[in-house]
Amino acid sequence: MWRRPFFWIVAAVIAVFVFAPLIGDNVSLREGLVLAAIYIILASNLNLMLGYAGYINFGSIVFFGLGGYICVWLINSYNWPLAPSLLAAGIGVSVLSFIFGLGILRLRGPFFALSTIGIVEGVQAFVQNFEPWGGSAGIYISPMVFQPLGGPGRALWVIYFLLVAVMGASLYLSYAIKTSKFGLGLLAIGQNEDAAAILGVPTPRYKALVYSVSAFLPAIAGGLYFFKSAFIQPSDAFDLSLSTEALVVAMLGGQGTVTGVAVGAYLYEELRGYLLTSASFSNFQLVIAGALLLVIVLFFPSGLMGFIYSRYPSTKKVLE
Amino acid sequence: MTANATPILQLDHVGKRFGGLQAVHDLSFVMREGEILGLIGPNGAGKSTLFNLINGVFAPNTGRIVFAGIDITGQAPYLVARHGLARTHQIVQPLTNMTVLENCTVGACFGRENLPLGRAREVAREAAIGVGLEDRLEMLALHLTIAGKKRLELARALAAQPKLLLLDEVLAGLNPTEVEYMIAVIRRIRDRGVSILIIEHLMQAIMSLSHRIVVLNYGEKLAEGSPDEVARNPQVVEAYLGDPKLAAELQAGDATPASQGEASQGSASNV
Amino acid sequence: MLGILASIIDGVLVGLVYGLAAMGLTLIWGVMDVINLTHGTMIVAGMFTLYLLTSALGVPPYLALPPVLVGGFIVGVALYWIAVHRMIGRPPLMSLLSTFAVNLVLIGIGTGVWGTALFNVAVSVPGISIGRYTFPGAHILAAVLAAVIAAALYLFLHGTRLGRALRAVANNREAAELVGIPSTRLLAIAFGCGVSLAGVSGLLIGTLFPFTVLSGDGYQLKGFVVTVLGGFGNPIGALLGGVALGVLEGAVTPFVPVSWTLVIEFGLFVLVLIAFPGGVFARRGTL
Repeated sequence: MWRRPFFWIVAAVIAVFVFAPLIGDNVSLREGLVLAAIYIILASNLNLMLGYAGYINFGSIVFFGLGGYICVWLINSYNWPLAPSLLAAGIGVSVLSFIFGLGILRLRGPFFALSTIGIVEGVQAFVQNFEPWGGSAGIYISPMVFQPLGGPGRALWVIYFLLVAVMGASLYLSYAIKTSKFGLGLLAIGQNEDAAAILGVPTPRYKALVYSVSAFLPAIAGGLYFFKSAFIQPSDAFDLSLSTEALVVAMLGGQGTVTGVAVGAYLYEELRGYLLTSASFSNFQLVIAGALLLVIVLFFPSGLMGFIYSRYPSTKKVLE
Repeated sequence: MTANATPILQLDHVGKRFGGLQAVHDLSFVMREGEILGLIGPNGAGKSTLFNLINGVFAPNTGRIVFAGIDITGQAPYLVARHGLARTHQIVQPLTNMTVLENCTVGACFGRENLPLGRAREVAREAAIGVGLEDRLEMLALHLTIAGKKRLELARALAAQPKLLLLDEVLAGLNPTEVEYMIAVIRRIRDRGVSILIIEHLMQAIMSLSHRIVVLNYGEKLAEGSPDEVARNPQVVEAYLGDPKLAAELQAGDATPASQGEASQGSASNV
Repeated sequence: MLGILASIIDGVLVGLVYGLAAMGLTLIWGVMDVINLTHGTMIVAGMFTLYLLTSALGVPPYLALPPVLVGGFIVGVALYWIAVHRMIGRPPLMSLLSTFAVNLVLIGIGTGVWGTALFNVAVSVPGISIGRYTFPGAHILAAVLAAVIAAALYLFLHGTRLGRALRAVANNREAAELVGIPSTRLLAIAFGCGVSLAGVSGLLIGTLFPFTVLSGDGYQLKGFVVTVLGGFGNPIGALLGGVALGVLEGAVTPFVPVSWTLVIEFGLFVLVLIAFPGGVFARRGTL
C-alpha cells in the first residue's frame, strides 16, 4: 500500500492536521480541525455503505452517539481509563450494529434508508428513558478524569491527536477495503445486488459486515468527542443533522472515492463557516446543506471527484 | 458427443406457482455430466422460470433440485453459485460502472474456487480473452455493444469456473457472424468439461449444439430425447404450429455444421 | 373497558385523517415509484396555512380547505419540476435524496422563521356525547371530511378519464406512453395531487392537535406505516391502514408514555417490511 501515491497524500493530510495547530499553540485552529476531522471520519465510514454497497444510511449518527455514551458511561460510572473505554465503545457498537444490520439490511434501498432514521429515533427515545445513562438530562463527567492525561489543557491535545489518528485510520480503512476482495464484492452489490448474489457474492453477510465495520471508527470518534466535551445528552448525541451533513460531505466529494471525502469535508466546512458568519439564524446551515445536496443529486451525482475523474481519467490512478 | 453417466443436475417433480399461474408443473429430468442439454419451448413455457428455480432466485413450491449430488432446492443464489453453478441472463446484467476485467474478477472471486483477488484477476483475464474481449478489458461495461455485453455475461460466468453453466438466450440479438462465433465458444467450453444447459430460440443452433433436448410447454415437459427424436415428435410440432416457420425448421431438423451457414440466415430472423 | 372502546372509536376518527395523510404519499409512490420525503413538511405547510388564514385573515377554519387544496396542488407541481422530474427512471434512492434535500431547505427556512414554537388553531364544533364520553366535534368533522375527500379521490381515479390515465401510467408507464398518454404531464399532476392531499390532511390535523414546524416528521412516519400496511399506490388501502393505525394508537396510548408511540410505530414499520418486503398487500403498479 505504501507504494501508491495515495498513501502519501493521506499521510500529508494527517501531517497537516497534526502540525498546523501546533504552530503557535493555535487552539482555535485546532477546534476547527476537530470538526473537519469528525466530518471526514463520519463521511468516509458512511462512504463504505453509500459509495461501495450503494445503501444510504441517514442515521449514521447513531454510531457516534452510542459510542459516546458507552465511553462516557464507562469512564464516569466505572472509572475506566480512556483507551479501554474507547475500544469498548467501538467494539460494542460494531457488534450491536452487526446484529441490527442482519435484520434491517433485508430491506432494500429506500426502505433501508428510512429504517436508519427510525433506528436513531428509537435509540434516542430509549436513551431518554434510560436512567443509568442519565435519561434526558445526560451524563456529566467530573474534570478529575482529565488528570491521568496531564490535566485539561494537555488532555485536549491528546484527544485531538487521537481524533486525527482515527481520521487517518478511516481514510486508510476506506482504501484498504476498496482494494480488497470484500470491497469488490461490495462494489458489485452496489452496481446490481441481484446479479452480485447470482455471481456468488454472499450479500447478506457482506452487507451486515460493512454496516458493522462502518460503525467502529465513528463510535470511537464519538467517545473522544463527548469525552472532550465532558458532557453527553440524547439530543446532542443523536442529532440527525450531523449525519445529514456527513451525507452531504460524502456526496459532495464523491461517493465511492476516498480522497473525495477529505475534499468534500474541507469544502463543506469552508462554505459553512463563511455562511454562518454572514447569516444570523442557526438553522441556516440546514438550508445550505439541503440546497447543496439538491444541486449535487440533480447535476453532479458523482460529486466533485467523480466529475474530475470523468474529465481527467488519469487522476483516478493517483487519487483513488 | 459422448457424455459421462453421472448426473450433474436432477430435477424431481419441480413445481412453481405465481399467484394464479402455474409457471412450472411437475417437471422432472436428469442431465448428465459433460452434456449439452437444450431447453426449448414456445414463449411463456417456463424456461427462464426454470433457470430461476435452479439457481435459487425463486424457491420451488414442490419438488427437489439436486446439483452434483447436493440438494440445492431453494438455496440462496450465492450459495448455489458457490457449489459451481453459473448462469447468464436473457436480459444482460452487467455491473455497469465496472470494467470488463473487474466484472469477470467478481465472477472469479466469488465462484466455485473462492479465489483471492490476485489469482482471480488472472482467471478473469483468461476468461475474458476466451470470449474475445482481450481488446476491451479496461472498458467500462456500459460502453460495450450488445454483442460485447453478451460476451461479458458469458466470460463472467466462466470466470467462476463452474461445473454447470446455464445459458439463457445467449445468442439473442446477435448477427449471424456473432452467432457462429458464440457457438464455437460454447463448444470449446463444453470440451473443457463444463456441462451446459441452454435455452435458445435459434432452432438451428440449439439443435446442432445439444446432445439432448427437453421441450417445455405451459410449464410441463412435453418431450425429451435427441434432437432428431424431438424434431419428429408430433406433439412438439403441434405445440409449435402456432409458428409455422419454426415448425418447418424443426422438421428440417438436425443441421450439420456445414449447412449452418445458409440455415442460420433463415433462423436469425426468428429471434 | 368502555374507556378503551371510546379511545378506539376516537382512534378510528383520527385514523381516517391519518389515512388521508398517507394517501398523498401512496399516490405518488404508486404512480412514479418516488418516496416523497417532503411529505411531512407539506403536512406542516397545510397546518401553517390554516393558522395564517385563520389568525391573520380571520377565515373560518374549514373554509381554508379550498385554498389549501389548490395551493397544495400548485406547490406539488412546482416541486415535481424542481426536484423529481430529473429523477424519474433513475434508482428510487436518487429521488429519495432529492426530496430529502428539498425537505432540509424547507425545514431550515421554517425553523428560521417560526422556530420550534407551538401553534394552535382553535376550532369550536359541537361534539357528540354518548353516556360519559364525548367525541370531539372536530374529530368527527375531520373524519367525515377525510372520508369525503378519499371518496372523491377514488371516484376521480376510477371514474374520470384523467384518473384512468393516471392509473395507466402507474401500471406501466411505457405502455401508457405508447397509447398516447403524456406521462410527464401526468406525473406532475399526480405529484400535485399527492402534495395537495398532504396539505389538506395537515389542515385537518391542525384542527385537532397543536403543532410545530417539526411536527411533520411524526405524521410522515405514520404515513409510511400506513402505506406499508395498506399497500403502495392503493388509496383505499391507505384509508383502511390509517384506521388500523388509529385504532392501534387508541388501544395503546392509555398505557404507554407519548414519547414511545413514535418508536412503536417505527418498530412496526421496520418489522412489517422485514416480514413483507413489498408491504402487506404487495400489489405494486396498480391504483
